[in-house]
Amino acid sequence: MTRHDILVGQPVERLEDLRFLTGRGQYVDDRSVDGMLHATLVRSALAHGTIRAIDTAAALALPGVHAVYTAADLGAKVPMIPMRMEANADLARFEQPVLAHGKVRYVGEPLALVVADTPAIAEDAAGLVAAHIEPLPVVLDRTGAERGDTLLFEQAGSNRGLALQALRGDASALDAAFRDAPYTCRRRFKVHRHTAAPMETRGLLAEWDAARQRLTVSGLVKVPFAIRALLATLLGMPESAIDAVESDCGGGFGMRGEFYPEDFLVPFAARRLGRAVKWIEDRNEHLLAITHAREVECELEIACDRDGTIRGLRGQGAYDLGAYIRPNAVTAPRNFAQMAGGPYRIPALHMEVALLVSNKTPAGSYRGPGRFETDCFRERLFDIAAGELGIDRVAFRRHNLLRQDEMPSRLPIVMPYGSGGETDSGNYHETFERCLAEIGWNDKVALAGRQIDGVFHGIAIGCYIEGGGSGPREHARLVYEGDGRVAVHVGSSAVGQGLETIFAQIAADALGLPMDRISAVRHGSSGIVKMGYGSLGSRSTVMGGSAILDAANNLQHAIRTLAAARLGCAPEEVSLEDGLRSAAARGRVLALAGPSGLAGGGIEADGLFENDRRTYSYGSHAAHLTVDAATGQVRLLDYVSVEDVGRIINPMTLHGQVIGAIVQALGGTLLEHLVYDGQGQLLTGSLASYLVPAADDFPVIRSFVLENHPSPLNPLGVKGAGEGGVIPVGGVIANAIASALSSFGVQPDELPLTPPRIWELIRRGNAPVALP
Amino acid sequence: MGNPPARTVRFTVNGVPATVEVEPRLTLADCLRHALELTGTHVGCEHGVCGACTVIVDGRAVRSCLMLAVQAEGCAVQTVEGLVDGEALGPLQAAFRRHHALQCGFCTPGMLMTSHALLSSEPDADVARVREALSGNLCRCTGYIGIVEAVLDARAAYKAGAGKGRPDR
Repeated sequence: MTRHDILVGQPVERLEDLRFLTGRGQYVDDRSVDGMLHATLVRSALAHGTIRAIDTAAALALPGVHAVYTAADLGAKVPMIPMRMEANADLARFEQPVLAHGKVRYVGEPLALVVADTPAIAEDAAGLVAAHIEPLPVVLDRTGAERGDTLLFEQAGSNRGLALQALRGDASALDAAFRDAPYTCRRRFKVHRHTAAPMETRGLLAEWDAARQRLTVSGLVKVPFAIRALLATLLGMPESAIDAVESDCGGGFGMRGEFYPEDFLVPFAARRLGRAVKWIEDRNEHLLAITHAREVECELEIACDRDGTIRGLRGQGAYDLGAYIRPNAVTAPRNFAQMAGGPYRIPALHMEVALLVSNKTPAGSYRGPGRFETDCFRERLFDIAAGELGIDRVAFRRHNLLRQDEMPSRLPIVMPYGSGGETDSGNYHETFERCLAEIGWNDKVALAGRQIDGVFHGIAIGCYIEGGGSGPREHARLVYEGDGRVAVHVGSSAVGQGLETIFAQIAADALGLPMDRISAVRHGSSGIVKMGYGSLGSRSTVMGGSAILDAANNLQHAIRTLAAARLGCAPEEVSLEDGLRSAAARGRVLALAGPSGLAGGGIEADGLFENDRRTYSYGSHAAHLTVDAATGQVRLLDYVSVEDVGRIINPMTLHGQVIGAIVQALGGTLLEHLVYDGQGQLLTGSLASYLVPAADDFPVIRSFVLENHPSPLNPLGVKGAGEGGVIPVGGVIANAIASALSSFGVQPDELPLTPPRIWELIRRGNAPVALP
Repeated sequence: MGNPPARTVRFTVNGVPATVEVEPRLTLADCLRHALELTGTHVGCEHGVCGACTVIVDGRAVRSCLMLAVQAEGCAVQTVEGLVDGEALGPLQAAFRRHHALQCGFCTPGMLMTSHALLSSEPDADVARVREALSGNLCRCTGYIGIVEAVLDARAAYKAGAGKGRPDR
């Protein structure tokens, strides 16, 4: 197939924007149906305790209340939410019931669901539910979890679920590297607990059609087909009796759309009551109930030659996954272990990562899962090692970055899953050198550590790779409509990233059509395509886009075949002309569009793209910042991102993704922190205490995107790009702060780097310098 | 407990008179969204921090989650639905699209209303003032750079008096 790219690569204005800018988006709470009831959750106020009784009588007596469900109402066995990604028997011991029974294990755990005529009555009634819970000692950190004198699950016998191992090179090579290397360095690092905090909280609308015994669930996003499958199992219904309807979504970032207790409870209530039931989460609930992320600590050790050649890297980490193992809780720890080496030549690598439970909100996958954390620790250790070896930080990285002739590079194997893989294509030195040039490294490095106008200047650079395009497959269907326009249906989901526009660009180019001939891009809902795998792990453009290309091929073939029958020739002789409005062969022209055309009733073609290998985009970030040593305040002066994504579909949406991701990660590095007290109460339960970046915090981000090395693994040559902006930020900022405060001997080993923490680091630095 | 009696409240929304029967505890945001079906105004935090619910009341940008519907008696309320220029996007909306100032679109109505109130009274606002004015509206997708560029770009239209739907006073 010949492709004439006209729209792909162009900054096409987004189709989505027309409805979002005029207030016509359809987020889940924007939908209402006649006779709809409203649900609210009763949540545990204690972090750990034995449930003695839940008294619902007063709530049920309130006028307008239709039901109050506790675990006792769910039948003999309370449904458990199974793991989805990398299910494992050792971890299945820690799965979450849809309503607490016997014990509560975190503040915010669902105890009961109240359904009433209005949200206000439901909330009034929830306040009348009395839960009698006898407190138990709480487990809130790694030490407490590993000590094991208090167990969250007695029958499990431990608070430790599993230890993942990632290995490259054999164990003896690793031992030899650390035994023989002239230089080793071991440090302990920690990333704190933070979360995505999308601007739209979660919500669901479940409608039950008693006559047809069908359930329709709106508000599902990210992985609606997977949620539907699980919901069908838990409700004991055939999957085909549930319609999963994707709504507009106010930000995903990996945390939305995993299977949560509410995803069962709201449809359950709708079916039991025979009525539509809506639930919209409030912000305090959101911070208590959505999966948290990132909390890991690790001792990491590097072995090098005197010239900086890395011989080995090894570490022991521990993830605090909170009270239960959620459906994709393994993703971050697995990535943490596997990606520890990043884009560098590390011949022997061994990471061991323990998965622990504690009395905090369960943790899950958040944009750049595990990669943000592991990149931070590795890049910190590199700067420390380079400093101790007396090697320039840039020279150290240049020396150890994989060269193009070493591609593809194998990733460590992660056990017990046995998953490995290898990078696809790229030149890591290209993005590194470009990043140095864009930040003006050679000029700015002279400022590093210097105090100018009362503040200390710091500069740092770091590198990363991002895995994208996860399989196993994606479906698309193109419908050639009677008016000559084409509708695109695809299994990938939109989480606000502009998927409708880039898919329209891809489809239009593949069919040789202008943009306005794509009549609609429909995505993510069951009933649109046979199966969809959603939006996660930077996969949508790679998988959905490639499936659309296949469907476009098939659609052209279908049209040629039909036209050939009319024209009395072989399909190969037919040429499609005038933007699919006509077909020609043997000197005859056949109109395709219009009332007399071939497509009067519509012609459809399916497309499929299958893939078991991931794409790897990559790049470098650099930062120039100042630190006020008197207050600990960090000001970002310049931040540069350079990445290669294989191929750019829409530079405008791509830059938007990168810049948004960087600012989100700057929030996670410098501001955001989910803080618990000694009893397991979340102290940061509102956006007034959980600080996300505002418009005047980080105005200086610059993004440069290259497309020098297309992926050989898909026909578009694209690589995922949703997470790259997040991955290196923590390490780059921590290193820039170390650079600024080198005269104080400050070596940050823990995020977040809030002003009080930096101030404290300065005061306990080992090279005290008189303060200004 | 028991529900307090409903109250009748009259105000205008985007120039159109509205009469609603509401519980005194109903917020203006919920009233606009659910009683009047103007779902363009979004609720992100319900405690006045995120700014997604920003609307213009008697010419001033307010958090409709922190104002009760009964307090709007006799007021002129403008929402995102009132920013369009006929069927076309208003100048701020068009600038937002041009500068990729939105991704998921959830914070966008609040961003637009804050910006509209700003440029209606200060069409010469400089970049620092724009950032300051927008700092009360949280966005989790864009990193704000496109939003600030869009507001700066829309200034010319407001200076020329073409800002759509100037708030009623």
